[in-house]
Amino acid sequence: MKITKKEVEYVAGLARLGVSQDEKEKFAGELSAVLEFVDKLNQVKTDKIEPTAQVTGLENVVREDKGRVKREREREKLLNAAPETKDGYVKVKAIL
Amino acid sequence: MNLNQLTIKEAHQGLLKKEFSSVELTEAVLGQIKRRNQEINAYLVLTEEMALTQAKKVDKMIANNEEIGLLAGIPAAIKDNIMIDGVQCTAASKILENYIAPYDATVIKKLKKQGAVFVGKTNLDEFAMGSSTENSAFGPTKNPRDLSRVPGGSSGGSAAAVADDQCIYALGSDTGGSIRQPASFCGVAGLKPTYGSVSRYGLIAFASSLDQIGPLAKTTEDCQIIFEAINGRDEMDATSFNFGNQVSAGNSVSNLKIGIPKEYFVAGIDSAVEEAVRGAISQYEKMGFEIVEISLPHTEYALPVYYIIMPAEASSNLARYDGIKYGLSEIDKDLLGGYLKTRQKGFGDEVKRRIMLGTYVLSAGYYDAYYLKAQKVRTLIKNDFLKAFEKVDVLITPTAPTPAFKIGQKIADPVSMYLSDIYTISANLAGLPAISIPIKSNSPLPIGMQIIGKQFGENDIFKIARAYENLGTVPATGTVPK
Repeated sequence: MKITKKEVEYVAGLARLGVSQDEKEKFAGELSAVLEFVDKLNQVKTDKIEPTAQVTGLENVVREDKGRVKREREREKLLNAAPETKDGYVKVKAIL
Repeated sequence: MNLNQLTIKEAHQGLLKKEFSSVELTEAVLGQIKRRNQEINAYLVLTEEMALTQAKKVDKMIANNEEIGLLAGIPAAIKDNIMIDGVQCTAASKILENYIAPYDATVIKKLKKQGAVFVGKTNLDEFAMGSSTENSAFGPTKNPRDLSRVPGGSSGGSAAAVADDQCIYALGSDTGGSIRQPASFCGVAGLKPTYGSVSRYGLIAFASSLDQIGPLAKTTEDCQIIFEAINGRDEMDATSFNFGNQVSAGNSVSNLKIGIPKEYFVAGIDSAVEEAVRGAISQYEKMGFEIVEISLPHTEYALPVYYIIMPAEASSNLARYDGIKYGLSEIDKDLLGGYLKTRQKGFGDEVKRRIMLGTYVLSAGYYDAYYLKAQKVRTLIKNDFLKAFEKVDVLITPTAPTPAFKIGQKIADPVSMYLSDIYTISANLAGLPAISIPIKSNSPLPIGMQIIGKQFGENDIFKIARAYENLGTVPATGTVPK
């Protein structure tokens, strides 16, 4: 599978990743090499095989649907990690 | 022998007998770090003050003749993708350069309860993505056995710290071999536990169906002590088990059957590695173990499956780095511009490559061809192991196809770098426990042997590993020829 520069741009957009012109060239080559490598899987017949998403065998692990009130100190630490806050909220740029 | 060269077991005995204090032990470790870290770069940050406070507390308990646990007062290094409340946690990424962990990972909480002493946070490949620790945004770690070589990765800082006596033991994380391969390269023991036996809460997420926290130490016995302290069901990790409820007493060691997967001894393996592992196997034969050749027919597909599933999960997990909640934040004219700029500037090359790859294989039109296909082949790989374990109790393989390679040798060629995890990845895909221990070889560089067990078969692999260690053919690990 050969990846074009255009596809790199498209995928980078989906991943919200800024890429320079140089990076587009570089990723096109490198991603093509990795995809060529993983194409080996086409040799395996998997028609009747179930996919494995997890290996624990655990199912429907649930807890009570109840939040926990954060202590003031916890709240402070989480807010301190945010780049911008206002009145105890995380500040985000307008989206509309 | 200096105090920092002791094993956990020896240090614990010394503390109990009051031959030395935890403060003295901690100072010996801190001294070694200060002498060596500039050269080795195993640590990204030291937590000296916290360590000495913790050590003093344990010394007081000992003075009062209170009972202490095996890990009390013993200095440990923690990989910098595991959170300690109030301490930086960078995952060796620019995007988390100034991030202070707001809570303790469950493993840290458990170790604190035991009276552990944390001396610092160790270097890694950025977000644990790599096999050499060269992908760290804060410079590579060097292999203490040969400074021109890599320590392996991604837990290269933890492995180097143990090998160079800059801690008594360390925690790492293993997604495709990131504990075992550096343990092999540095000549120490490293365990990747059964998936789900150790809580991942507070571990910076990389590929969530594969990630597992585990110990690196000087001996198998030490790995076992740490594993027993950190395992268990945690309500903060829905994929975790109560290990104690899952495990049977296990077979007596003499009844354990050893399988040798023939697919692990094919082209690409370094002759010194093959010779060393075959030598170790013949030691087991001499000890009277039954050795059976078995087949894991889908072995060659493990690496391609991994390079689809791992980046897919990583690309989803790393979507959280948006410059809003925490971490680096670059301002642009709008929200989208801020995302693009923050992530472009904050992530390094390998991380970007994997985000791109993961996003591609999950994108519309390619999901079935790549992601679903890989999940199906993952089933076949898992089934190979189930079948093998009908006949044997453990498998013995090399840990890595070569000893430690030179710094810079593979960094420009991602696929050749990926091949250094070829023997370790399958255990992650199948969720199995596996340990790497150093074995006797003719190479001047350390070589590791991997022992893979059944799900929750940790006790079996400990027994098999200790049977080899008890022969005493390998000089005590963790002591660097000076």
